[in-house]
Amino acid sequence: MRIKLEPRVAASKWMSYGSPAIAAVLTIFFGAILFASLGRDPVQGLYIFFIEPLTGLYELGELGLKATPLAIIAIGLAVGFRANVWNIGAEGQLVMGAICGGGVALAFHGQGGWWVLPLMIIAGAAGGMAWGAIPALLRTRFNANEILVSLMLTYAAVQILGWLVHGPWINPEGQNFPETRTFEEWALLPELIEGTRLNVSAIFALVVVFAGWIFMTRSFAGFKVNVVGQALDAAKYAGFSQNKVVWVSFLIGGGAAGLAGLIEVTGPIDQLNATFAPGYGFAAIIVAFLGRLHPVGILFASLLMALTFLGGESLQINMNMPKAVTGVFQGMLLFFVLATDVLIRYRIRVVSRTPAATGEAG
Amino acid sequence: MSSENSQAQLELRHITKQYPGVLANDDISLKVEAGGVHALLGENGAGKSTLVKIIYGVVKPDTGEILWDGKPVQILNPSHARRLGIGMVFQHFNLFDTLTIAENISLGMDNPGDLKTLATRVTEVSEHYGLPIDPRRHVHALSVGERQRVEIVRCLLQDPKLLIMDEPTSVLTPQEVDKLFETLRRLGEEGVSILYISHKLEEIRALCDDATVLRGGKVVATCDPREETSKSLAEMMIGSEIPVMQREASGDLGPPVLEVKGLSVKSDDPFGTSLKDIDLTVRGGEIIGIAGVGGNGQKELLQAISGETPVRDRAAVSIDGQACGRSGPTARRGLGLAFVPEERLGRGAVPEMTLAENTLLTGYQSGMVSRGLIRFGHKRQRATEIRRDFDVRSAGIDSEARSLSGGNLQKFIVGREMGLSPKLLILAYPTWGVDVGAATAIHQAVMDMSRQGVGIVIVSEDLDELFEICDRMAVIAEGRLSPVRNNGETSVEELGLWMSGEFDDEPSGAGAETSHAH
Amino acid sequence: MSEAEIINLIVLTFKSAVPLIFAALGELVVEKSGVLNLGVEGMMLIGAVAGFIGAVTTGSIFVGMLMAMAAAVLVSLIFAVLTLSLLANQVATGLALTIFGIGLSAFIGKPFLGNTIEGLQPWAIPLLSDIPILGPLLFNHDPMLYLAVAAFFGVSWFLYRSRGGLILRSIGESHEAAHALGYPVIRIRYLAVMFGAAMGGLGGAYLSLVLTPQWQEDMTAQRGWIALALVVFATWRPSRVMIGAWLFGALTIVNFYAQSQGVSFSSHLLATLPYFATIIVLVLISWDAAKIRLHAPAALGKPFHASD
Repeated sequence: MRIKLEPRVAASKWMSYGSPAIAAVLTIFFGAILFASLGRDPVQGLYIFFIEPLTGLYELGELGLKATPLAIIAIGLAVGFRANVWNIGAEGQLVMGAICGGGVALAFHGQGGWWVLPLMIIAGAAGGMAWGAIPALLRTRFNANEILVSLMLTYAAVQILGWLVHGPWINPEGQNFPETRTFEEWALLPELIEGTRLNVSAIFALVVVFAGWIFMTRSFAGFKVNVVGQALDAAKYAGFSQNKVVWVSFLIGGGAAGLAGLIEVTGPIDQLNATFAPGYGFAAIIVAFLGRLHPVGILFASLLMALTFLGGESLQINMNMPKAVTGVFQGMLLFFVLATDVLIRYRIRVVSRTPAATGEAG
Repeated sequence: MSSENSQAQLELRHITKQYPGVLANDDISLKVEAGGVHALLGENGAGKSTLVKIIYGVVKPDTGEILWDGKPVQILNPSHARRLGIGMVFQHFNLFDTLTIAENISLGMDNPGDLKTLATRVTEVSEHYGLPIDPRRHVHALSVGERQRVEIVRCLLQDPKLLIMDEPTSVLTPQEVDKLFETLRRLGEEGVSILYISHKLEEIRALCDDATVLRGGKVVATCDPREETSKSLAEMMIGSEIPVMQREASGDLGPPVLEVKGLSVKSDDPFGTSLKDIDLTVRGGEIIGIAGVGGNGQKELLQAISGETPVRDRAAVSIDGQACGRSGPTARRGLGLAFVPEERLGRGAVPEMTLAENTLLTGYQSGMVSRGLIRFGHKRQRATEIRRDFDVRSAGIDSEARSLSGGNLQKFIVGREMGLSPKLLILAYPTWGVDVGAATAIHQAVMDMSRQGVGIVIVSEDLDELFEICDRMAVIAEGRLSPVRNNGETSVEELGLWMSGEFDDEPSGAGAETSHAH
Repeated sequence: MSEAEIINLIVLTFKSAVPLIFAALGELVVEKSGVLNLGVEGMMLIGAVAGFIGAVTTGSIFVGMLMAMAAAVLVSLIFAVLTLSLLANQVATGLALTIFGIGLSAFIGKPFLGNTIEGLQPWAIPLLSDIPILGPLLFNHDPMLYLAVAAFFGVSWFLYRSRGGLILRSIGESHEAAHALGYPVIRIRYLAVMFGAAMGGLGGAYLSLVLTPQWQEDMTAQRGWIALALVVFATWRPSRVMIGAWLFGALTIVNFYAQSQGVSFSSHLLATLPYFATIIVLVLISWDAAKIRLHAPAALGKPFHASD
């Protein structure tokens, strides 16, 4: 007896919605096993991880606050992933967006006005785009692998941030902590719901999701992206330029990540510091896949991923577990999403046969 | 030679193999006599390749029995098949470009020994059978004919008792085919049985002494092909009378729709072919065929014409009188180009997109896009029309391209490109792997379109196809284009000679002169 | 700079190249079989933490090394099942393996933060290590460093002199053709992925057992990614992997040395050097697309599903 994959005649619609749900259920199941194996009560562990962060208005606001940048970045990344363009340096583009946007706030310190915030948003997105443009340029002109370049640039961006907040941009009135001045009133995003930290950026996220939906499912440019990703030869034949799609992917992905970085520093943090970058750039990769690269899916996936961040903190506080449990859950979730994706195009059959049946056991 | 030997070398009894949705082999029985050449005949999709994979141990039959030397065997895998004495020359060669011939041959053997000794034996065997190859060369530097020799030598080194040859002549020049047949006859004299798979009926009549005809996975006839005509064999194969294309004489030719002048392209692919000083003029209303063995620059020429690889010299390619050498495919389509590429899935169509979406792939300049957004109604309507007009058999326009049979997908692509109302239509290998019915339909559509004033270029390896449909013909060899001859003023032998590169470069513009004379 | 200092810097260069050599040679074999595993960073971290835990709990560095390999192979099997059996996208799954490895190693390593062990000691080769200059330079190293050099010879021999290597390369070149000839494509790729993981695990263990004998979160500091870049840099040839690893090792040491000498340049900006160096090297190597095409395994990253 062995397990065999059998191609479906057409992709299963049902499974394309069902597979992320199966993945989430599997993650919860294995999460319970993880808790039990550590000698903790699995029900309590799961409750604290998944339910506790949802019990109250403030907590829901936190969920939205974390889901916002995740959704924005993931929409941007999904464009590239659909085209087989692997921008995995969103974290660096996020940091650059925060540096450029935050830099505007610092530059106009003490002499600002209402126009500072829009300028910061533009600078943030532009900073992310500029950092994303480097791998795009090196890939299209020099054929350099965008995965490695965008990733290396992430670590470079983090070091540049470290240099700025330790040196040139350090708060002159501070106590030599690696951080800048706090931003002034007009450089901060207005609150959206009283009693929470949720700010107007949540509306940005919804706008980005909607724009992403139009782009990916309704626009001709989105069609080109899909063709380049699914069949490069067909794209060449049709006259769709792969290089243009690489550029579009990195500019959209970088711009979205830059915007998210700016949102992060003008929202809850209100200054630049050496360690603000929370790994959203990497987590958004998981969000994009969990949402099956579809904008609506990404919206839901961002909420689930935000929950894993809050759940990790909640476990740390309530059960004294290391914060790294978040990473374990996120990794498992992504594994299960990728594993269950196979169900969309293949059917799993258990066949009984002699072991010598074929060489390919798999 | 085989008659007195009552025991068959290979016998299949009631072989059945079911795939999801297809009964590929349905109760197939056949016998290959020792030292005999047995033909396996059938259209694409008749079940030939499944049956061959079963004999070679790649696929397991669901039911049925295989007898080897009269004894029942279960062939577990290709290595087991080779140990029994079964050798196989695949239609798609199983060779590795970056390895040497000796390494490649070693990979196809179970006890190759060390590479040096093997290389010596390769040289010996290849010379003995008139298939000279140098074992130290890398495969990517070989012509298609040489690659086939590597495959054959690989089999012969293992002293096979049965050699399976899957469509071996489709990649050879007519002269190379004659040589191959000499080798095969010699093997027969030495007692090696041959299972010869082909759809070329003349060849089977010339070579084989038994034939099994498959249709829809079943054996529909067994016969002695020497006592049949090509027509009778074809009717067994397709189960009805062969559809005939209505040929029309070409009328008045219009102005040139494609002019290629002094086109030279250096291939940036290390395994590619560079084009050298190609001249070609195609006028509205004529069909020009370009023959040649695969890998002689067809791909590069097609890409230079379609705009996928723009060239430096703007004037090297003109479409409808406009120089467009540097433009990409979109601009050239705008000038009136339509193109049916060689690969259907993955190039002519995106496999996992629906027929409706695949309509947009090249139809985006004809009203399906407005202000950057897709007009879904237009797209679906166009797809529905193509499906109806070209009799594309699919569940609907929302079927994925990969779910269609080769013939139906090709009809869809040809229909889509013809629907763009082009002035110039390029077709690469338009009927390769397509059943006879679909092939005739495609030929008829091409003929009709040309007689309405469209200039047409067909690139194909199938000389029969080109002689049937073209007005003028040329050959591409080693990146050079031969002179262009009117159909009826050339022969298979002449084109065959040209295919091996033996022609003089005529002064440029010769092609255009011929067309004036036409 | 004194002679002893120079010798010391060169020895340090050799040492800091060892994790890269292990990881990159392992990944080279994986990629030669046609599989792209971007999870090197994750496997190295798992190797580092498992090796350290093994050494702390048993007191034996050797057991630590075995545990490092075993643990890395185990997590790599997740990757192998997903990409080889379930046909998941190799890029995404490799990333997942790295994310998972970072999280899991931090999680299980938490109780061992701050523990120390006595690292692996050099192993002076009798007589040879007494030769002036060459002795300390070449013949007075820890056993894992010698093992890394042996791994280079072993991998080179395997790939280009053995039949197994020929089969592996043929699968990376065209899995369809290899399958048609009867080679078990998927099984061989499983073995290659496991070998790559064992090597990555060893590379990680070198960090936690020899270079800085302790466990820290994220202690690989992107060496897994640099190893991946090295494979491209080397255009899939083992000897160039060695050269690349030593170059990067030297870069790291120059960086440390400059800082220890109190260079008045931002340590943060200095720390960007290896990243920018990697990018520049990638650009220089990838420029010639035809060369990459000639040497890269043609089936790299493509999924394979036998249709029967």
